[in-house]
Amino acid sequence: MRHCDTIRLTPTELPAAADSLLSALGDTPSAHGRMQMAYVCRCAEGGLDVIYVLSQGANQAYKAWRVRPDDGTLPSLANKLPLLGWYEREMADLYGLRFDGHPEPHPLVLHEGMPRDPAPLVAGFDVQSTPQDFAALPLIVPQVLGPDIQRLPFGPVRADIVESAQFLFFYIGEGILHYHPRLFYKHRAMESRFEGQTLRAGAVLAERISGIDSVAHALAYAQAVEAAMGWRAPPRARYLRVILAELERLYNHLHYLGHLAKTTTLKVGEAQGHLLEERVKQINGKLTGSRFLRGLITPGGLRRDLDISGLDKALDVIADDIDSYLLRLENTRSHLDRLMTTGILARQVAFDQGATGPIERASDLDRDLRRDHPYANYEKVRFSVPVQQAGDAHARSLVRMEEIRESLAIVRQTIGRVKPGDVLRFDVMEDPDPQGEGLGWVEATRGGLLYAVHLSADRTRLSRVKIKDPSFSNWRVFPFTVEDSNMMDYAINEASFGLSIAGADR
Amino acid sequence: MPVWTWFGWRKGRATTPWPDRPGPDGQDGVLGLPRLDAARCLVAENGCTDCAAACPAAAITVRDGGVRLDYARCVGCQLCTEVCPAGAFRVSHDWAFAVRDKADLLNPGRAAAPQPAGESADAAALAAEIKAFGRSLHIRHVDAGSCNGCESELQALLNPFYNLHRLGIFFTPSPRFADLLLVTGPVTAAMHDPLLRTYEAMPQPRWVMATGTCATGGGSNGGGYACHQGLDGILPVDVWLPGCPPNPAALIEALLLLLRRRAQRVHGGVYEHA
Repeated sequence: MRHCDTIRLTPTELPAAADSLLSALGDTPSAHGRMQMAYVCRCAEGGLDVIYVLSQGANQAYKAWRVRPDDGTLPSLANKLPLLGWYEREMADLYGLRFDGHPEPHPLVLHEGMPRDPAPLVAGFDVQSTPQDFAALPLIVPQVLGPDIQRLPFGPVRADIVESAQFLFFYIGEGILHYHPRLFYKHRAMESRFEGQTLRAGAVLAERISGIDSVAHALAYAQAVEAAMGWRAPPRARYLRVILAELERLYNHLHYLGHLAKTTTLKVGEAQGHLLEERVKQINGKLTGSRFLRGLITPGGLRRDLDISGLDKALDVIADDIDSYLLRLENTRSHLDRLMTTGILARQVAFDQGATGPIERASDLDRDLRRDHPYANYEKVRFSVPVQQAGDAHARSLVRMEEIRESLAIVRQTIGRVKPGDVLRFDVMEDPDPQGEGLGWVEATRGGLLYAVHLSADRTRLSRVKIKDPSFSNWRVFPFTVEDSNMMDYAINEASFGLSIAGADR
Repeated sequence: MPVWTWFGWRKGRATTPWPDRPGPDGQDGVLGLPRLDAARCLVAENGCTDCAAACPAAAITVRDGGVRLDYARCVGCQLCTEVCPAGAFRVSHDWAFAVRDKADLLNPGRAAAPQPAGESADAAALAAEIKAFGRSLHIRHVDAGSCNGCESELQALLNPFYNLHRLGIFFTPSPRFADLLLVTGPVTAAMHDPLLRTYEAMPQPRWVMATGTCATGGGSNGGGYACHQGLDGILPVDVWLPGCPPNPAALIEALLLLLRRRAQRVHGGVYEHA
């Protein structure tokens, strides 16, 4: 796979490979090098292969292990590499694979009671079919027993305008003993929808995985296809992609701060944050025709050129308001009181469970794909990567505040450098990947986003697309900060993570 | 320490006077769903079906020597406007696409003849019911598998620019207090039952709005083991609003259409400009 050195392993070699990955890390969690994702891919001969994708240090190629399960069975690595736990359960649900020794061999993506025999993707995906009726069964969770323990299932339809998910609390008085988020109510089989689509249509689908991360998804997808095809987007397109990606970060982070202010009951702070978000969305609409910056990024560059002549001025008008808003938030004691020491995520847990983006950077893990594995034209832009040590809700909000300032600076720098030129080119700049496979990555608003793309034999259509959305791993991390905390802090802590459900559920 | 009340007061009024009085709707430059000019289509002459082949949502079909565009499935990706060699599909700013009858979202192509609106007896009864609520409306939103784009725009309705409350429209946590069930997403297998149970918990009379292309027709995300094709056959829908996602102004127009405070713009798949 292009940008990802692949080696073949047998199932019996797998545990030793995981051990060697762990021993290479040493005693202290390295800020680099860890498992990223695992997925099933149908090979040309018809069987199923499992591909594990690992990141190594900054500026080093990704690595993949490709394993053919033995009679549908593989040894589970979840006890060695915890963040693989959900990936293995997803593969078990959708492809009927078995993972020997999995510590939580329960349903995940398909809820308890959903038809799973045969597993839905064994025979391939049929968009003409419809879901079968099923009778839901109780969620499998650890028993929490005791005289005064209360059990609160909250959702999937919850108060406010929010995404669907169910949160299960076991608590005594104010104290939370155990917390279990039940996700995947929104599982839409999005990865399967790519199969058989044209390369161009794939970008449209990628924009609809997580609507508020449309640019990041389309960009990671486009870069993965470009890697497989040996294309390189022209310089103007690469600069414009940087602008689009940072505008996306900007409106998302402003929304985040407004929402966080809502949970600390700072009403004017909430209104102002959401008004600033709206103003950036209106700038997006004027610039691109889409408030979510959709319909531009495609493999090979951009679908059409953008007139960015008014962007500088539009941002100047809003930048002062953003600055004074951030300063006020940073100086409001009632707001900070609720954030400090709330939901502390330890550095080691953040690393082991695969925390990514502002979440890991707030827990002292200094990683950012824009700097460590530059794409688009980030290598030509100067910016710093804010890192905090405390790991609490305050640290998570500080990282995002600093990123807002950096994003504005990146857009301004980039505007000054964009030269006229083509924005779409299909010239083969390097040899295409012999297998027609490519890996693409983006530092999205919520963290590292990976796309692995496998093309059809004639390289005109998609045969498999795997998506690692940052929220998929951040949702795994989040419960570690909830247990042993209290109900009053829950909403604040959840808001401080800024998670997307659509991206995690796909 | 900042005095937020003073800060908010000094910022002045951020809310647009639209739609009651002239003012910005906030959608300058925002593209809507493509416009079909079937007279330009070449399918009858040379069999060109580039648009149907490019559409990732199966919104365009070729039938009886003509193209049909089903806006209930259109995700507004604009690919058809790029591939059509004859300019039959063109980009537009037509986004206020809410209709009461889903059939109004189908542009049948060559045979297209805009059907003037004629209110049926049922619609007149609905109008009487709506009147019973005066001018206020309480909404229960249910996400039945969206990409979060629709939620982002629904949340925007509460920001100071749109300030939905000024129109007498409110979101409510409990279905017991809700008049309208506003549904986004194609209806996933796991959300099917929670959605129906929310509807059953609502007092009568009650209404349903299918919001966003996933909910009106599945779009690019409907079908397969995990998703239905929107609300058709699942709940009785009173207003259909395609768009991917519908922008906040389109959402406001759709809500006012339900309340009979705004006229329907789309008939027979053709958008009429005010």
